[in-house]
Parts: sequence; structure tokens; C-alpha cells
Amino acid sequence: MSVNVNTLREDEYFFGHKACAGCGGALAVRIALKVIGPNAIATIPAGCMSAVGFNFPQLCFKNNAIISTFAGTASMMTGIEAGLKALGKKDYKVVGFAGDGGTADIGIQALSGAIDRNDDVLYICYDNEAYMNTGIQKSSLTPFGARTTTTPAGRNIKGNQKVKKNMFEIVAAHGIRYCATASIGYLQDFMNKVEKAASIKGTSYIHVLAPCPTGWGIKTDECVEVAKEVVDCGLWYLAEYEHGTYRLNRRPREFTDVAHYIRRQDRFKHLSDTEIKEITLQRDAKWQLLDKQYFSK
Amino acid sequence: MTKEFLSGNEAFAYGVKLSRPHVISAYPITPQTTVVEKLATLVEKGELKADFIHVESEHSALSAAIGASAVGARTFTATSSQGLLYMAECLPYAAGGRFPIVMMNANRSTALPWNIYGDQRDSLTLLDSGWIQAYAKDAQEALDLALMSFYIAEDKRVATPVMVNLDGFTLTHTYEAVEVPSDDEAEGFLPDYETDNKLSLEEPKNMAFTAGPDTNTEFKYKEHLGVLAARDVISECEGRFEEYFGRKYTGLVEQYRTEDAEYIVITLGTLYKSVCECVDKLRDRNRKVGCLRLRYLRPFPKTELIEALKGVKAVGVLEKDISFGNEGTVYTNVCSALQQSSFNQPCSNYIAGLGGRDVPLSDIEEIFEDLEREQNGVHFVGLEE
Ligand SMILES: Cc1ncc(C[n+]2csc(CCOP(=O)(O)OP(=O)(O)O)c2C)c(N)n1
Ligand code: SF4
Ligand SMILES: [Mg+2]
Repeated sequence: MSVNVNTLREDEYFFGHKACAGCGGALAVRIALKVIGPNAIATIPAGCMSAVGFNFPQLCFKNNAIISTFAGTASMMTGIEAGLKALGKKDYKVVGFAGDGGTADIGIQALSGAIDRNDDVLYICYDNEAYMNTGIQKSSLTPFGARTTTTPAGRNIKGNQKVKKNMFEIVAAHGIRYCATASIGYLQDFMNKVEKAASIKGTSYIHVLAPCPTGWGIKTDECVEVAKEVVDCGLWYLAEYEHGTYRLNRRPREFTDVAHYIRRQDRFKHLSDTEIKEITLQRDAKWQLLDKQYFSK
Repeated sequence: MTKEFLSGNEAFAYGVKLSRPHVISAYPITPQTTVVEKLATLVEKGELKADFIHVESEHSALSAAIGASAVGARTFTATSSQGLLYMAECLPYAAGGRFPIVMMNANRSTALPWNIYGDQRDSLTLLDSGWIQAYAKDAQEALDLALMSFYIAEDKRVATPVMVNLDGFTLTHTYEAVEVPSDDEAEGFLPDYETDNKLSLEEPKNMAFTAGPDTNTEFKYKEHLGVLAARDVISECEGRFEEYFGRKYTGLVEQYRTEDAEYIVITLGTLYKSVCECVDKLRDRNRKVGCLRLRYLRPFPKTELIEALKGVKAVGVLEKDISFGNEGTVYTNVCSALQQSSFNQPCSNYIAGLGGRDVPLSDIEEIFEDLEREQNGVHFVGLEE
């Protein structure tokens, strides 16, 4: 792997957009495009990244970029790739940047289809754990306990009662060539994975956790730190799936305090110590499973 | 050129093959299936060099077609009924992006109740999606429209997708002798697709963007002009088509014995042939009747209609469709055109053939008789109450 802070392209491909200060999603898109380079053809569905980047006449991508329908990230990428191939074009990478809602909910059918066909595209899900563009509603990747505008925290319901859907393993279960999880808190790891995924002939998928200061209720300069802490406290993990096997990139020997991660975010403000304890237990159960089933080596 | 015995779907598939699409993306649904099966066979045999994408839904079929068209590839899709409705979100998307995709729609009833047979509720539901809409009357026209549609859609003045409609079963599955042009003849007729409206590695672009209140009207107005421009382009295209293949088409409408007609039935698709047969029969009895077929519903043949209906005593619009709580959609469109002229005669609406119900000659005869009674309003033909 050659890409690092020193070798990363100086050129910018996503700038002048209207994302909130400290937006994790915008950082993920910016860095991924710097890794892939000018021949990236970006497909971005309805969601924050298209809403902030494509307001005619202020168009914010230096490379080719197109908005897809909300459900149609993967299918539009399929078409772009098929068209370019049929026209005899070479040296390009079709890459998608879709939110958690666009990926795990409305777009999962098209994504599954593209992986099944092994279309030569790289799909990146920037996961900010809710429908942010429409005002912070619950998606199937919203974590347990989080308050959103559709899972309010009140006396009867205390935020989202479902645990996060496991997109990484759902994607891996397709027998995809390559997929990985990442976090913008571990940028070098993310860059390595983008570089690797972009070099794959066939479908590849990266699920990058990308906090949203606006929706999570954190300070704008805390975004990267929080994205690091979620891995350190074990509520998210960095892993890869390739040639049918899982690999854990980071196994914290000791997890940092879940309560610290939870308490610094407004979306979890309502949670009691008991509920935080429950989240900690969920984490431990998850890691038992990870260690046993997938990442024992 | 060869002469072959083909169904409407097969004829259309040959028309698509002769158009040399780069990408075909489609999902099966009755009664469209045989068109994609035929195309898959042609790809398999190497007679058609297209990338055939096995999408997992109609939404993806059209979404992928938009992606392919957005890089400058000639692109085809086909669907019907539930499938057309399932991809509905992508229709205005393709039109607004000015992507000249060609789609064949096998006209079929929409659920509920479930029904696989022909009527036009599916395409008429999406009449306002920004697509050019054509309706074929027979297998020969189906093949010819496939070829011409790419020409029309890709013309820079138009840059608009085209939906060609074939009546489910009565056209899609009915066999006729069809003249099939050779690859060389077709290649001369239809030039390669050239456009600047594409993502390009040489000149990167941002496409399919947001346009706020300050610019939105201008984009929509241009889209409107694109569909209107098809009027001239269709006529140019048909002139060129006649030069190449010797078959003549008559623009947005086709007329039968309307010159001195006092009573005219307006219809679309395969019903035209039945109405023409009835006209012959009634003419033998010295009744001054005629038929007019709307070959295109978008752009709407407003001026042609007004011209054709001058001096007529009454008009009937016969369609396989009902816009619930109002009237047939074709009728609404016809009345709107006539209301903008000095036409001041009765115009009534006949709803027939829903869910594939047969429309026998006797029913059409009754419609002509009814016209002489100078009624207005909406009538359900053959309704059992
Ligand atoms: C078919 C359809 N349904 C709903 C919407 C409204 N919508 C636009 S963006 C969005 C939420 C996007 O959430 P996500 O994919 O997580 O991206 P984020 O905004 O969080 O970046 C929704 C619901 C739409 N554009 N299209
Ligand atoms: S709402 Fe969140 S995801 Fe959207 S632009 Fe702002 S910080 Fe980024
Ligand atoms: Mg989101």
C-alpha cells in the first residue's frame, strides 16, 4: 500500500460545498476521491452529500459526478460502468457514495443486485446513523438508544429500540470480492481500504462510519475524535472480508469506556446508566461473536 | 431486406437490434418478456453486440439505463404495467436529464384487480413524465418505430426519451409478415449517437444536479421545448425513413377516410384497424364516417387534430383507459385541443377494452350510431350492470 498522508494527491475533488462544519461524510468523500484520483466517476444518491454538492450553478466535484435516485446508487453505477465498457473506455473507477439510509434501507435491493452481478464498481456507504438530509430520522443503521426525530426520547419510548443492521456481513454474505468497514477516525486505514477496493476488478464495498455533528449533537471539532472513540470503545470495528475470509484490522486489547462515548453526544443524552450498561453488554456479546465466528485468527 | 413472420415483440426486438444499442437493461414481465428474450438470444448468437444487464427490478432497469445514457451509450429498456409503475420515479429523471433512452412498453392493465391483458392505463398514468409517447398499430410499425425512436430521441433539438407502446397480446403476441431491413440499410439510416450531455473522462462534468427556484423554470421550459421539437424531427425522420425503406408514415396522426367524413372516431394502437374495418362497412352503406389514429400522444397532435376535425358533425374518442373520477385521459387531451379551436360539435368518450376485453366490430358500429345522436359525455362500452 502506497497511499499515506505524504503521498496523497494535493488535488482536491470535492470542495466549495455546503456541508456543515466538521461533517464526517464530506471528509470521507473528499479523502476517498483524493485516493482514487481524477478518473473517479462518482454516483451520489439523494442525501446530504448530493444536497450539499450539486446546487446549480455551484457544482462541487472536480471529477465526473452524478446524482442518482435515492434507491438507485448501485443500479446507476451498474449502468455507467456498462456504458463505458460498451464504448470501449478504459482507466476509470465508478464509485458510489451513499448514506446509511440510501444503502441499508431503500438502496439495498440495487446494491444486492450489483454485487450479485459482480459489476466492476466500488460502493462506499458513509454511515452517519440516520437520515440526516431530511432532518435526522431513524434508519436501519441508527444505533440502539439514539434519539432521532422519528424515535423521540420521551417517557414511553427512549429513542431507537432496534440495534444497528449488520451491513458489512450482509454484503460479505453475497460472496463479494472485497468489503471492509472503516471509520473516518482511522483515516490511514480508510485510505488503505479505498486504495485496495479501487484496484479490485468486480464489486467492492466499504462501510465507513462518518459522524454528523448536527445529527449527533457533538462539537464540530470533535467529529474525528468521536469517530476514533467509537472504534476504541468497541461499538464499531475495523475489518475486511476477502477471498471468503474475515480479517480484523484492529482488536483493542482493552476497550475504552462506552459511557464516555455515549455521554458526549446529545442524541444519547436521555439514556440512563442502566441503558448504557445494556449497550455495553450488547457490545460484549457482539465481540464474543466476532472473536469466535470470524476473527479468531 | 427480408420478409419474416414475426410477433409484435419480435419485430420490435429486430428494430432494436438494427439500432445497435450499447446497453440493454430490462426485467421480465408479461407481455413484454418475449422482446427481452429475443434480444438476449440475439446477444448470445453474437448478432447484437450489446451489454445485456440482468437487473433485479424495473427501478434498477431504468436507473441503469440512465447511467449508461449519461456516459453517451445508446440504451434500451422494455417493460409493462406493474413494471412501468415500479420504475416510475426514473421516468421524469430520464426526461429531465435529457437522456434519449428508448423504452418499449407492452400496454397492460394495472392491478388491482390483477390482469395481464391489454389496456392503456399503464402508459397513460405516466403521460406527463416528460417522455415522448408513441403507439404502434401493427408489428411492422413496431419495428419501424424502434428504429425511428432512437433517431428522434437522440436528435440534439429533442434529447428526450421515447416510450413506444404496443398493445399487450393483440400486438405483442400477434404474428404478421414483417419487412426486416438489413443491418447495412439500418446503419445508413441511423447514425451513431453523439452528445455533449455526458460524463466524460476528457471533460469531467457534474450532472443530474439540483436547480432551485431561480433556475428551475428555465430547465423545465427547455425540457418542454425538447418534446415540442419532436414534431419537426418526427416529420424529418419519417421522410428519411421513406427514402431508406420505402415505407411512408404520416406524423403524429394517421387518418382513414376522413376527407369528407361527418363522424370521426379517434383512437390509438391496434384498435385503429378495427375502426377502419368498421368505417369501410359503414361507407358501403353511404355513411360519411372516418377514423383518426393518434400515433403520438406526446408531443400532442393539437394542430393536426384541429385541422382534421374541421367540418365534422361529431367526434368520438375510443380508448382503453379511464382516469377514475373524470374521463378517459386521451379524451381529456382531445377536448383540450378542440377547446382551443373554433370546434363546437359534440365530442364523446367511449371506454372499451379494459383488461383485454374484446372490442368487436358491432360495438364500434354502435359507437358510430351513437355519434349521430349527438351526445356528449363518457360511455363504458359493453358494460354489464
Ligand atoms: C424515493 C425517495 N424517498 C425519499 C426521499 C427523501 N430523502 C432524501 S435524502 C433522504 C435521507 C438520506 O439519508 P441517508 O441515506 O442516510 O443520507 P444522509 O442524508 O444521512 O447523508 C431522504 C429520506 C427521496 N429523495 N427519494
Ligand atoms: S447534517 Fe450531518 S451529514 Fe449532513 S452535511 Fe451536516 S454534518 Fe454532514
Ligand atoms: Mg445518513
